[in-house]
Amino acid sequence: MGGLDLLDIDRLLTDEERDVRAVVAKLVGDEVRPQVAQWYEDGRFPARELAREFGKLGLLGMHLTGYGCAGASAVAYGLACLELEAADSGVRSLVSVQGSLAMYAIWRYGSEEQKRQWLPRMATGEAIGCFGLTEPDHGSDPGSMATRAVPEPGGDWRLTGSKLWITNAPVADVAVVWARVPDGGIAGFLVPAGAPGMAVREIRYKLSLRASSTGEVVLDEVRVPAAARLPEANGLKAPLSCLTEARYGIVWGALGAARDCLAATVDYARTRTQFGRPIGAFQLTQAKLADAALELAKGQLLALHLGRAADAGRLTPVMVSAGKLNNVREAIAIARQCRTILGANGISGEYPVMRHANNLESVLTYEGTSEIHQLVVGQHLTGESAFA
Amino acid sequence: MKTVVLVKQVPDSGAERRLRDADHTIERESADNLINEMDDYAIEEALRLQEAHGGEVTILTMGPTQAAESIRKALSMGPDQAVHVLDDALAGSCAVATSAVLAAALRTLSPDLVLSGAESTDGRVQAMPHMVAERLGIAALTGARKLTVGGDGTLTVERQTDEGYEVVTAATPAVVSVWDTINEPRYPSFKGIMAAKKKPVSVLSLADLGIDPGEVGTAGATSAVVSHQERPARSAGQKIIDQGDGGVKLVEFLASEKFV
Ligand SMILES: Cc1cc2nc3c(=O)[nH]c(=O)nc-3n(C[C@H](O)[C@H](O)[C@H](O)COP(=O)(O)OP(=O)(O)OC[C@H]3O[C@@H](n4cnc5c(N)ncnc54)[C@H](O)[C@@H]3O)c2cc1C
Ligand SMILES: Cc1cc2nc3c(=O)[nH]c(=O)nc-3n(C[C@H](O)[C@H](O)[C@H](O)COP(=O)(O)OP(=O)(O)OC[C@H]3O[C@@H](n4cnc5c(N)ncnc54)[C@H](O)[C@@H]3O)c2cc1C
Repeated sequence: MGGLDLLDIDRLLTDEERDVRAVVAKLVGDEVRPQVAQWYEDGRFPARELAREFGKLGLLGMHLTGYGCAGASAVAYGLACLELEAADSGVRSLVSVQGSLAMYAIWRYGSEEQKRQWLPRMATGEAIGCFGLTEPDHGSDPGSMATRAVPEPGGDWRLTGSKLWITNAPVADVAVVWARVPDGGIAGFLVPAGAPGMAVREIRYKLSLRASSTGEVVLDEVRVPAAARLPEANGLKAPLSCLTEARYGIVWGALGAARDCLAATVDYARTRTQFGRPIGAFQLTQAKLADAALELAKGQLLALHLGRAADAGRLTPVMVSAGKLNNVREAIAIARQCRTILGANGISGEYPVMRHANNLESVLTYEGTSEIHQLVVGQHLTGESAFA
Repeated sequence: MKTVVLVKQVPDSGAERRLRDADHTIERESADNLINEMDDYAIEEALRLQEAHGGEVTILTMGPTQAAESIRKALSMGPDQAVHVLDDALAGSCAVATSAVLAAALRTLSPDLVLSGAESTDGRVQAMPHMVAERLGIAALTGARKLTVGGDGTLTVERQTDEGYEVVTAATPAVVSVWDTINEPRYPSFKGIMAAKKKPVSVLSLADLGIDPGEVGTAGATSAVVSHQERPARSAGQKIIDQGDGGVKLVEFLASEKFV
């Protein structure tokens, strides 16, 4: 019986990268795995406590430099996402949104004062951030957003609109809100929790990503000072660049969910006996396991390739789209296939497989749906935009 | 305060471990090697003392080339530097010889405090801290579940025993060995992991320490393992079938084994 690392990809990692992976695996083994099934069942999880634990390690904004951030490589960040998502996609989402969306937006587009105010506290997990781009009527097409920021005579801004499906919003201390400004462009604003006129509602009845807090943010003439605007963010490309960051983490993360499904399933197939034999001894089961292990390995090579490209400064948004498209699609296929091998136990929360499969449905949709990434790749190939 | 932590690399006690047939030593090459679990607690204790009282923390390991991996992991938790005693002649060293080597290395470092695990998960001799202290002529406070450093540098230890604990004190320099009840070791942080490979690790040979190779290793062993055998497979337990008297039978069994 061999391991799941079919192609010995481990060997392509440095000692330091393996150390990062090991410590994240240990942390989630201690703090997340024993309880995540219950969190999922309950539809709530201890975001704040987890953020502090993750912060101690340096997980939050780990790929950013300065302001208390760890300054790790893209590959190390990817491996961390993979181990987090091997526990649960919701827990990885907490870290992705904090580090790649909220912190990155401030780190990349914020003023020195904004960075000093927020980044060190966000790196330790003392402050949690969220990222509000999607709206009830504007998802894949955020450029048509309805949220407005209107300047006041004294220099303040007045924000009005609503943001839906916002990860971490119910627990956030600060929201990065994207809004249209009078010149027609898109601008980003840092809105602290509890700002008068801002209401946050937790989204209930989710059947996916239940160990994650998702909310709606309603802005009713919320007044923020001029200093709340992200000075360097001009236009839609700013939030889109944040999404590219987070998406890169998903390229790795989704494989974590897939690996965890496969590990649980191989184990199950070896011990579950039917017709007098372990079900793993049937050729049909082996074909499923072989295909799953193969796609997992291919996905890992792809992720590692993108990571090395990122660390060399060669990663393009099209490459990230291709990575997300493939790895989430294959992860979901692996999760669904694994589920069949577990039979009735496949639908039980006692095993991680259905939880991962359900979670991956969210991962398929957020950070750009598969269709949108097909369009990105299609446009790259043909030069024709098919978005509208 | 200058602290040296003795760190041993051991085969993963959770995995299957084997002894070589030829010389009855542990097969270390094929094993998953880790920092001896108790030593993580010693490192943590050293770091907490450093955070409270300042000073520096050095890791000291005697072990083969691959022990460098454990040294790097230990450094990623936060210590400042490490000393690796590495010499082919050390293979097969007995506890007595190991203590001579560690003591010689410690003399070059002249620490105020030597911290170690209370036992290793492979050798389980529980003697190294005592032997090292004896050789250095300093106090050994062993099996600590709590360690405090007074204003005058006096060490106070709650020494864990089967019945409870004893309070013992000593002046520095001293050796303190710790159990896993003393603290909760930290996870290495990412910054720590990235800093680890830049921290100084000095590699010392037996010649550097002025030790004759004939006194250590298999050649100089004061005792030898002559044979070994795998533990026999567990025999099936005793089954009690409840026919109304199940409870009584269970208690009788527990009483016969002196559990109640
Ligand atoms: C759990 C969860 C957490 C989320 N967290 C955040 C967050 O933190 N911040 C945030 O801003 N957003 C967040 N989102 C929102 C997410 O990014 C959007 O759901 C996503 O962009 C898709 O938008 P939509 O749901 O409005 O779907 P729509 O855009 O309405 O798409 C519906 C379907 O139409 C397809 N479609 C749309 N346009 C085209 C086209 N041109 N050609 C072909 N097909 C097309 C889509 O691919 C999809 O299949 C989250 C979503 C979920 C589920
Ligand atoms: C199968 C087997 C047979 C053995 N037979 C004999 C024998 O016949 N005679 C004999 O004398 N010894 C024997 N040994 C013991 C072996 O020599 C010891 O493992 C070694 O000398 C160290 O002792 P220990 O790890 O058991 O020390 P312990 O006293 O259990 O360890 C306590 C602490 O000492 C420190 N420490 C121990 N070793 C090191 C090191 N190399 N570098 C740095 N710190 C260290 C660590 O902090 C550790 O937590 C045998 C070991 C094995 C596995």
